[in-house]
Amino acid sequence: MSGYLQLPLLEQAILTLAALVLVSSFALLAQSRVVATIHVFAWQGVLLALTTALVASDSGLYHLYLSAALTLVLKALFIPWLLVRQARRLGILRDFDAVLRPGVTLLAAGAVVIFCYAVAQPVERFSRTLTHDAIALSLAVVMLGMLMLVTRRKAITQVVGFMALENGLFFAAVTATHGMPMVVELGIAFDVLVAAIIFGIFFFHIRDSIDTLDVDQLNRLSESDR
Amino acid sequence: MSALVWTLLIPAVGAVLLALLPSQRLGALVNVVLSAAGLAAALYLAWTVLDGGEVGGGQFYVDAFNVYLIALTALVGLSTALFSRPYMTHEAAIGRITPLRMRLYHASFQGFLFTMLLALSTNNLGVLWVALEGATLATVLLVSLYRTPESVEAAWKYFILCGVGIAQALFGTVLLYFAAARVIGQPEQALLWSVLHAHAGQLEPAVMAIAFVFLLVGYGTKVGLVPLHNWLPDAHSEGPTPMSAVLSGLLLNVALYAVVRVKMLTDGALAAGVGHTPQLAGHLMMGFGLLSFIVAGLFLHRQRDIKRLFSYSSIEHMGLMTFAFGVGGPLATFGALLHMTVHSLTKSALFITVGHASQVAGTQAIDRIRGLIRTQPTVGWGLLVGSVAIAGFPPFGVFTSEFLLLTATMQSWPWLTVPLLLGLAIAFAGLFRHLQPMVFGEPPPGQLPIATSLAPVAVHLGLVLWLGLAIPGFLARWFDQATRLITGSGLL
Amino acid sequence: MADHLSPLAWLLALAQTALFVAIAPLFASWVKRVKSRLQNRCPPPLLQPYRDLRRLFAKEVLLAETASPVFRVAPYVVCGTAVLAASVIPLVLVAIPMAAMADVIVLVGLFALGRFFLALAALDVGTPFGGMGASREMTVAALAEPAMLMVVFTLAMVASSTNLSTIILHTLQQPLALRPSLLLALLALLLIGIAETGRIPVDNPATHLELTMIHEALILEFSGRHLALMELAAQVKLTIYAVLVANLFAPWGIAAQPGAGALLFAAAALAAKLALFGALLAGAETAVAKMRLFRVATFLAVAFTLALIGMLSFVILEAPA
Repeated sequence: MSGYLQLPLLEQAILTLAALVLVSSFALLAQSRVVATIHVFAWQGVLLALTTALVASDSGLYHLYLSAALTLVLKALFIPWLLVRQARRLGILRDFDAVLRPGVTLLAAGAVVIFCYAVAQPVERFSRTLTHDAIALSLAVVMLGMLMLVTRRKAITQVVGFMALENGLFFAAVTATHGMPMVVELGIAFDVLVAAIIFGIFFFHIRDSIDTLDVDQLNRLSESDR
Repeated sequence: MSALVWTLLIPAVGAVLLALLPSQRLGALVNVVLSAAGLAAALYLAWTVLDGGEVGGGQFYVDAFNVYLIALTALVGLSTALFSRPYMTHEAAIGRITPLRMRLYHASFQGFLFTMLLALSTNNLGVLWVALEGATLATVLLVSLYRTPESVEAAWKYFILCGVGIAQALFGTVLLYFAAARVIGQPEQALLWSVLHAHAGQLEPAVMAIAFVFLLVGYGTKVGLVPLHNWLPDAHSEGPTPMSAVLSGLLLNVALYAVVRVKMLTDGALAAGVGHTPQLAGHLMMGFGLLSFIVAGLFLHRQRDIKRLFSYSSIEHMGLMTFAFGVGGPLATFGALLHMTVHSLTKSALFITVGHASQVAGTQAIDRIRGLIRTQPTVGWGLLVGSVAIAGFPPFGVFTSEFLLLTATMQSWPWLTVPLLLGLAIAFAGLFRHLQPMVFGEPPPGQLPIATSLAPVAVHLGLVLWLGLAIPGFLARWFDQATRLITGSGLL
Repeated sequence: MADHLSPLAWLLALAQTALFVAIAPLFASWVKRVKSRLQNRCPPPLLQPYRDLRRLFAKEVLLAETASPVFRVAPYVVCGTAVLAASVIPLVLVAIPMAAMADVIVLVGLFALGRFFLALAALDVGTPFGGMGASREMTVAALAEPAMLMVVFTLAMVASSTNLSTIILHTLQQPLALRPSLLLALLALLLIGIAETGRIPVDNPATHLELTMIHEALILEFSGRHLALMELAAQVKLTIYAVLVANLFAPWGIAAQPGAGALLFAAAALAAKLALFGALLAGAETAVAKMRLFRVATFLAVAFTLALIGMLSFVILEAPA
């Protein structure tokens, strides 16, 4: 306990923001309105950008400022805007994608966080960065993104879960190694951007072929009765 | 170095060019020309490496392991482009595709080739990830090109499952970078494979083990390992046939290549570590590989769609290759490298033939394809010979590689040869029980022959036969060098 | 610890409890005042609750024919447990004789006892609204208690004790720190407090529509001094939660040792904190609409999740490896 209190205020703020990113992941799991999901995802992007900027100022690695700016523009502004625009065009912006069994999902999410903590322990032991404790949280954000993918039925909320997963991966890169080489980060950002655009186009394809965005209805291909 | 630049630049520029070209007929021709130019550049690169050893060392690195894969990619790209020209013209003529989508198809084709070549030639593991994800993105809209509900579903599954899978691989890459940054001073160098391979013994074993698990699960999803394979039969069967050919023939290979590159690093790290199982990577690969092999072989019997049938055959062979790389040792590794080559050639040839067969019969359902050898002998024989080749009959190359693998398994894991042989028998039975009525049955009335472009098939199968009978010297030398690189000792 | 058994210490404890009970109606009135001003209404006078209590104590008690002794005893038990709970909380002085008893879990237990008798009394008379109110109150309590205990666990892990005085002293002695576990525990406690004291968005304390009531439905049948005791108990409970939030998470100003100057300063600090907290509560009540009953479960699940993440943050981020 004394270890945490010896840290300077900036580093405590970074760890607090990391905890808030985890809170936003839980919040994403719980939202049932499509527009609320996208807004929470945008806030998660803002929190991430803020965390990265603080890590940049604390560790003196100035390329992280660029990463933070990239995250802010891409994950907090562009992708939510794109998703909202596509959702509005499809007329699904005010839809509900009800979370089935919220109690079980909540408990599963708690169990996931504990599991990720156990998995990340050997890695955390070797890290010398100030955010080494947050590696477990970043893995948890990745896993909670996957949990969101699994518990949702509409295509658009599944895509938000997918993007939250990518958020977790970015967070992992920031906490474990204070960012990857710039060329790799730019490549990953480009891939995420293209993926978001293709998803946007894809919603229309799905809707045109099955008249709904409930992806549970995409079930013609299976190993039985074909 | 310039050969490498040309190899990468041609498909990249080609993709942009084809995106802007409105004419469909001209687009197909330009596609073929670009693929031919790409093959020429790749062969020049291969000749450079043959002459002078490795090329690159900075952000790009072409050594014995990936040079023949690069040439193979370019070759299969050209064959498929040649096949795709009349095939897609026919598809457009019967109204399945609009001109705009043809433009998308041609541009994505070259874009996909670019990402494959980038993934194969890069030295930077992060760029490898970016290129593999880029390959998924380039092809996802192509899988749903026909816009039927089934193809949209297949593309959605492909996108989500491969996306989630490859996200795991990114986490593994982050952990790898984490382990590397502690050992290698400059952060820009810490993701370069050649540098990491030199320092493999110093990487932290615990972190590398966890990183390898994530990377195997991640890239393994793209290889099609069971139980992460669900997207593969759908994506390979619902897209246009040229897409199936390149996806089965090329993408699976590149993903496996990525796994093996990482395995080399993990083996080095675990061998030097104390208190960790040094064979962890190999055992995991063996487990997944064997599971994929057996499950796919069993599923072969249930298939009712001809393209799904051969997709499961792809899963089975990739499982076999993963198993072989997992067993390790010079014999199995040599066999696996040979298998990568011959499987790619045979499978793409098979899919081209299957494309023709489904055009002849007007359907992809196995129940309704009959009497191909009567209606159009070239197609029937092509399908028969291709299936014989892929089932592992001598004198084709697949037999040689499977024989090497069986020998290696008998040396190190004797009791595993039983499931291997059993699986091979089950797969053979599954393939031929569907094949026999398709090729030799009574053709339905009104089935007419079509215009074909089976020359690429003949070339591929001829190469596979040649590789089965007598591997050319330079290729054997490359395989041996790669074996030496991967396992530490050569075969020849 | 020995000087806590001295008569002076006990006198101080009694004085602190009396002060607590005395300011409870004032705090409730302050919240009502700020809320009225925010809603552009003219507020009632600040000392109105005292006048109401005095009026009610003078009135005759009317009992239903079906009322059992439980109904007559319940107000005393409810008010008694509330006052007892108030006595174990350090208000202006940290070291009180009840310090050894001042466990957070004891607090939760006392609230549960009071709520039990409240629900029994409501069921006792046999009216439909009483039954409805009792079932609703118990539902809210069943959801709020796990969340409350999770907050307690988080606090206990941070301070290594569930004793209120120890927790406050621990926070006073540490340097100013931004701890994710305490931040999330604070947020959770705020949500739980709103649910347990029956404020908007869980329950409207000023409603007269019986079907929307939770707490009000339970006290519909009481009159005279019984009603006065119930009202006082509700006001004390609200003040308890406010003081808990203020003193557990922002205890600066509280007197560690009894001394006239320190006590006066502590009183002033507490008054400022309660005034601020009351204003914030009023603002929140004005800004948010009352939730439908089935959404209260989600509200409390959010509180539980926040407390859970707070605890996990402590283990993952703050505990020494």
